Amino acid sequence: MDTDLSLAGLATGLRERSFSSVELTAALLAQIAERNPQLNAFITVTADEALQQAAAADAALAGGASSALCGIPLAYKDIFCTRGVRTTCGSRMLEEFIAPYDATATARLAAAGAVMLGKTNMDEFAMGSSNENSHFGAVANPWDDTRVPGGSSGGSACAVAAGLAPAALGTDTGGSIRQPAAFCGVSGLKPTYGRVSRYGMVAFASSLDQAGVFARSAADIATVLPHMAGFDPLDSTSSEHEDPWLDACTTQPLGTARSGRIGLPKQYFRDLGVTEASLQSACRVLEASGFELVDVSLPHVDAAIPCYYIIAGAEASTNLSRYDGVRFGHRCDNPQSLEDLYRRSRSEGFGAEVKRRILTGTYALSVGYYDAYYLKAQKIRRLIQQDFLAAFADVDLIIAPTTPDIAFKRGDLVDDPVAMYQQDIYTIPASLAGLPAMSIPCGTHRGLPLGLQLIGPHFAEKRLLETAASFQQQTDWHQQRPGQNPQAADSGSET
Amino acid sequence: MADIDIQHLANLAQLELSQQEISVVGEDLQRIMIMVDQMQAIDTSNVEPLAHPLDARQRLRPDQITETIERDLYQQGAPATADGLYLVPRVVE
Amino acid sequence: MSWESVIGLEVHVQLATNSKIFSGAPTAFGAEPNTQACVVDLGLPGVLPVLNEEAVRMAVKFGLAIGAEIHPYSVFDRKNYFYPDLPKGYQISQFEQPIVGRGSLTVHVEGCEPQQVGITRAHLEEDAGKSIHDAYAGLTGIDLNRTGTPLLEVVSEPDLRTAAEAAAYFRQLHSLVRYLKICDGNLAEGSMRCDANVSVRRVGDPELGVRAEIKNINSFRFVEMAITYEIERQIELLESGGTVARDTRLYDAERNETRSMRSKELSNDYRYFPDPDLLPIELDQSFIDAVAADLPELPEAKLKRYVAQLELSDYDAAWLTQDPEVAEFFEAVFAQAGNAKLAANWVMGELSAALNKAELSIAESPVPAATLGELLQRIADGTVSGKIAKGLFDTLWQSGGDVDTIIASEGLQQVTDSGEIQAMVDEIVAANPDQVAQFLSGKDKVFGFFVGQVMKASKGKANPAQVNELLRAALKK
Repeated sequence: MDTDLSLAGLATGLRERSFSSVELTAALLAQIAERNPQLNAFITVTADEALQQAAAADAALAGGASSALCGIPLAYKDIFCTRGVRTTCGSRMLEEFIAPYDATATARLAAAGAVMLGKTNMDEFAMGSSNENSHFGAVANPWDDTRVPGGSSGGSACAVAAGLAPAALGTDTGGSIRQPAAFCGVSGLKPTYGRVSRYGMVAFASSLDQAGVFARSAADIATVLPHMAGFDPLDSTSSEHEDPWLDACTTQPLGTARSGRIGLPKQYFRDLGVTEASLQSACRVLEASGFELVDVSLPHVDAAIPCYYIIAGAEASTNLSRYDGVRFGHRCDNPQSLEDLYRRSRSEGFGAEVKRRILTGTYALSVGYYDAYYLKAQKIRRLIQQDFLAAFADVDLIIAPTTPDIAFKRGDLVDDPVAMYQQDIYTIPASLAGLPAMSIPCGTHRGLPLGLQLIGPHFAEKRLLETAASFQQQTDWHQQRPGQNPQAADSGSET
Repeated sequence: MADIDIQHLANLAQLELSQQEISVVGEDLQRIMIMVDQMQAIDTSNVEPLAHPLDARQRLRPDQITETIERDLYQQGAPATADGLYLVPRVVE
Repeated sequence: MSWESVIGLEVHVQLATNSKIFSGAPTAFGAEPNTQACVVDLGLPGVLPVLNEEAVRMAVKFGLAIGAEIHPYSVFDRKNYFYPDLPKGYQISQFEQPIVGRGSLTVHVEGCEPQQVGITRAHLEEDAGKSIHDAYAGLTGIDLNRTGTPLLEVVSEPDLRTAAEAAAYFRQLHSLVRYLKICDGNLAEGSMRCDANVSVRRVGDPELGVRAEIKNINSFRFVEMAITYEIERQIELLESGGTVARDTRLYDAERNETRSMRSKELSNDYRYFPDPDLLPIELDQSFIDAVAADLPELPEAKLKRYVAQLELSDYDAAWLTQDPEVAEFFEAVFAQAGNAKLAANWVMGELSAALNKAELSIAESPVPAATLGELLQRIADGTVSGKIAKGLFDTLWQSGGDVDTIIASEGLQQVTDSGEIQAMVDEIVAANPDQVAQFLSGKDKVFGFFVGQVMKASKGKANPAQVNELLRAALKK
């Protein structure tokens, strides 16, 4: 059967009994079984549970269930707690951790009838831009398996790109959805901070973490988002912002935007490097669609990376203190004392990048450095947010590259954390400002995908998705699949 | 920039690092902090720190018992328990 | 040259909410280990805190009661340190921006003028779990039931100068939180725990001495004893040429001494920073006003009212207002009896003695306040004598019942019929010629013998004043 359909297509097929959810799920599980050994996109495949859920969904569909997600198989980044199924967060620390409760986001999707295929690979505790920091091994980029899929949600991006799942959940702290979406040639949305509950999502940096969706198109993302988003009383930072559009999304197809002012930050556009050709062509597509392109300025974005690494490191350093070998998670053998228990359990359980970030964050918060680093970073965060708010007084959206380059080769940046951190140069500013942002395929370079990033004001997901949908009506970059004549695709095409 | 006392940070963070790790991490942290020090060039006087991207206030929860407690389930994955207690090496006070 | 001690207390008050400060788990004391700790309290991966409204309301209530500024904007911080009873590796507390600012409390030490003790601040935080050290060889057991119980940490100024003052302050705080109904005040269960910062200096020295912190004292008596010991220890040390080390100490009640806690000696860098899982608390004036409207009469105001309006002595008023349940009981007795002094005497005397003997709290009194009030009413209106009333109180204590019914059925009414009393007097005088002779020879004490005999003959019911009068007249004949 053809599993490479849009979510709308799959939902129609299910409703019209062209195929059952069990058939669809089994077909995807078969592909996962075949491809995962090479791609390593999944840490855990929940085949039995998936087939049970699919059978339940088939019964619900026969009973007239109306949810567009009923019976649709999804993959979840292994950062979402799923009751009864292990949740590793890519870490040895949680290698055997079986959560006794469900994350709000995945519980809501389950309630809508979605089927969980399994838990996808990721950089340990979501710290990384290449998925090389997973205790469960690196993930291959389906376009070129010597290259990284991006990170930290690399497994989810890879699964969607390789056709192992029609859509997948990821989380984005500084670019962890958008950057792997760009590297793998899929669409990825990081919603507004507070839009999706963080309850049950293993915390990396609390003031930045946000769950989002990977799919093959903006329309598919709009199908999943309303079923996981919305206020959650279990998360103090969950927004009570009401959005009738989101509810409408569950029953109506996504519209397309045809007008509006799009800002081009001059700090980015003066030197686009290898993304130049695809970004310029994307601009032409948008202009032809009726958008007006104007220059905007984000004067403080150069400081975004240091600001981010201080804030994320500080928050992470204490969020990860709970992994102490006492109540759950890895414990060292034969601890001789309490200190020995703490130190060996944590040193054995955490990988090098996690330790590096814990130490960076500990340093930034320690006596004598707090003002110079943490407080300074929070003030710069304010300036960066003000830059965006000022720009949005003039424009409806901002566009930028998602990444500075195509996916890099595995191993190229592992010894240089600072160079690795620079990969997130375009994605971090929106994270700091809490803005919704997405990446959509907009071209290729040397046969590998590149992403166009759309950044909107708080809670402007509708505008982002409808603009992306408009772009995807005009282009077919999002329909290209890995393995289809990669070099020839570079010239790109407008339909 | 002054040398960063990695051992002190490791003590605060309860991490055990070998001599080799200390020197590698020390170099990494030096490089990271050099990168971070770009921040110092920006004038932030009269700027309010931003702790949360949305300027919201804390919501208050009604004082109700809403949790059911499944101790045995929670302790299934615990490294060491007895009589419902979590066990650790003896703590001297 | 003499020494002066400088003492400040940090008191942790467990707030009497139904659920935890950041989770919906119950807060009951004494449950099976780890059966009151939910996934949030255990600090499992992915869990998040949500603030309990009642904890905030209680903190505001306390702040208003001590005349403190309520900060409309306050922030929760993380205090980072590793300890097995602290599941997340940090305690959620308030560091730079607490909810309650500067206030004060009036403290009464016997024989001294009432004293205003400054309160620097009070802030909300979560309690930690408990470590059980003795049950397993070489191991410590961790019970996280207490984890996340709301605490209000009340920090005093270093205004206290003696151990007695410190104990009185702790006692007054205990009284206040019970009046406010924000804490059950059960010291034995750790509902209020006190850390004392103690230093000494030469009288007149403007500089403070090096202080030691005594941790976790949980009774009024131990506060006084621990501080007394610590002051003496420091003075002895300084007088013998030594210096006081800044350290954290534990009070050992069995040995009556404080000793250094080695485990706390590591210089801690708590790396406080705003908890990113929680947003700032912003209080509307309407919220604060609603709490203010709900404040009960506070102990200090009540004490003053008892003295001014009820004309009770300072001592009685202080005694009766210390515990809100006692004050409530007293007021109910008084409302029925109509005589404040009589009500005070009985609550402080007969009732209190009986309760002590039976080890009951006043709320558990077998004689309800209204019943005691009725009894006192019958004394006041002359129906029964004080002596008969004591017997009647015993009956009520033992087997309950209605005051007037028992008086009627047992014939306990006071005999006020002069003829009846006169007859008894005459009989007694005639039967005891020796004693009459003694009395007439000047032995006044023998008069008591006659009173006793008449009362005995009347089964205690004769009106004592009349007995006196008629006896004097009969003996003078």
